[in-house]
Amino acid sequence: MKILICPLNGPRNISEFTYGGEYHPLADPQKSNDRAWADYVFFHDNHAGIVIEWWCHTASSYWFLAERDTRTDNVVRTFPASELATSDGRS
Amino acid sequence: MPLALLKYGLRNDYPATSHFSESADLKDHYDVVIIGAGGHGAAIAYYLARYHGISNIALLDKGYLGGGNTARNTAVIRSNYLTEEGVRFYRESVQLFRGLSNELGYNIMMEDRGQLTLAHSDAAIRSFRWRAEVNRRLGVRSELIDRQSIRELVPNLRVTDDSRFPILAGLWHADGATARHDAVVWGYARGACQRGVELHQLTEVQSVEVTDGAVKSVLTNRGRVGCGCVVQAVAGMSSVVARLAGIRLPIHTFPLQAMVTQPYKPVLTPLVSSPHLHVYVQQTSRGEFVLGGGSDPYALYNTRSTLEQKESLASAILELFPFLSQAKVLRQWAGITDMTPDYSPIMGLSSVKNYYLDAGWGTWGFKATPICGKTMASLVATGRVPELIRPFELERFYRFEQVNEAGATAASH
Repeated sequence: MKILICPLNGPRNISEFTYGGEYHPLADPQKSNDRAWADYVFFHDNHAGIVIEWWCHTASSYWFLAERDTRTDNVVRTFPASELATSDGRS
Repeated sequence: MPLALLKYGLRNDYPATSHFSESADLKDHYDVVIIGAGGHGAAIAYYLARYHGISNIALLDKGYLGGGNTARNTAVIRSNYLTEEGVRFYRESVQLFRGLSNELGYNIMMEDRGQLTLAHSDAAIRSFRWRAEVNRRLGVRSELIDRQSIRELVPNLRVTDDSRFPILAGLWHADGATARHDAVVWGYARGACQRGVELHQLTEVQSVEVTDGAVKSVLTNRGRVGCGCVVQAVAGMSSVVARLAGIRLPIHTFPLQAMVTQPYKPVLTPLVSSPHLHVYVQQTSRGEFVLGGGSDPYALYNTRSTLEQKESLASAILELFPFLSQAKVLRQWAGITDMTPDYSPIMGLSSVKNYYLDAGWGTWGFKATPICGKTMASLVATGRVPELIRPFELERFYRFEQVNEAGATAASH
């Protein structure tokens, strides 16, 4: 069983977590035209390499970020989303 | 073909001829460069060479012919999709598969088995009814069947009330079939090479050179190759290769794991799938049970296997076929699937002139091999997008016109 370290709950089986997809900053809904919004919703970098992505510890509903290598499945580190929060509080 | 086969069978010796020409040096320029020598790439080359008179083609692969997802899929052929666009497209593919052995002069070992999808909930029955109506209107044989009919079709299947998720009904798709996946790519590549197409294995495209918005050449580990146009057909690596040309795709890449048991005598004719239990199964002509399931729970560019997925496959198949509890697993593997948001492919033009996309084939690529080859070849040769694949163009995501086939996969992913 693969172990993922939750920043809130410590090391847990990866089956306790839900994958949330790659991290990209939220597009501003007020300023985005349809094309930019489609880009934000549907399109992904989908890098083969080290990426930042969302994970959730399902049992405690705690969302956080992980740095993971999508070629080797090696998790470099996990950290709270507040580390990447913008000045207006969005991640 | 049958006559040639008879003649061959009556000979005293059985001469074997080489399928493919020896890979010579790369030329400086090709009319068409196809990245990826899997089923799709080989089929595109074949239809271009045979029906459009274009044979100055380089079919490139970083590995070897048919060594990627063409070798890793579970060889399911069916057309019982949910949208009209999807059904029309896959219906043509099934028809081409039926004539493919004769077309290629090469036995692809096509077997019309029929395919049975199982419903374990009322919601699934409703969606089956919907699919059956759409299918029937377009001439595809699909019908909702009851438990008694299921028992008659698949006597070994556990259709009882005391299971965790009892089987309530089924979607019977008489057009469902299987074929030897390797033979499909070998047959297409042989036919293409006989008509002058060059197959270059161990030739990796490392960058794509775009000038004034049009593709001019590709740089490989064996040197630069000028080209009139490029078709990318690299299931599993679509995002990575498209990025070389500066194109971003709506794809997430996940592994999908499968395994195969020891051989049994023939006991299962149809292909059976349960979206609810995340499993699909068929017995090959060799007698082995091939099991496939849902994608891994998170994205990865790796064909490693996990015990969790294998356990989940095993427990699901035992719900359906308890006699397999004694079966030994002979082989297990994973393929890499490019999942699109609507579970339909991305085919056609891109933002780069003369750079054509054949991508986003998720878990539905093998069954589309012939029609994909035919329509993409027509696009490359004429520059016009065939009506059959227009709904699958990349631009659909900007128009919010997705072709939602999420409800028609064999196992939920």
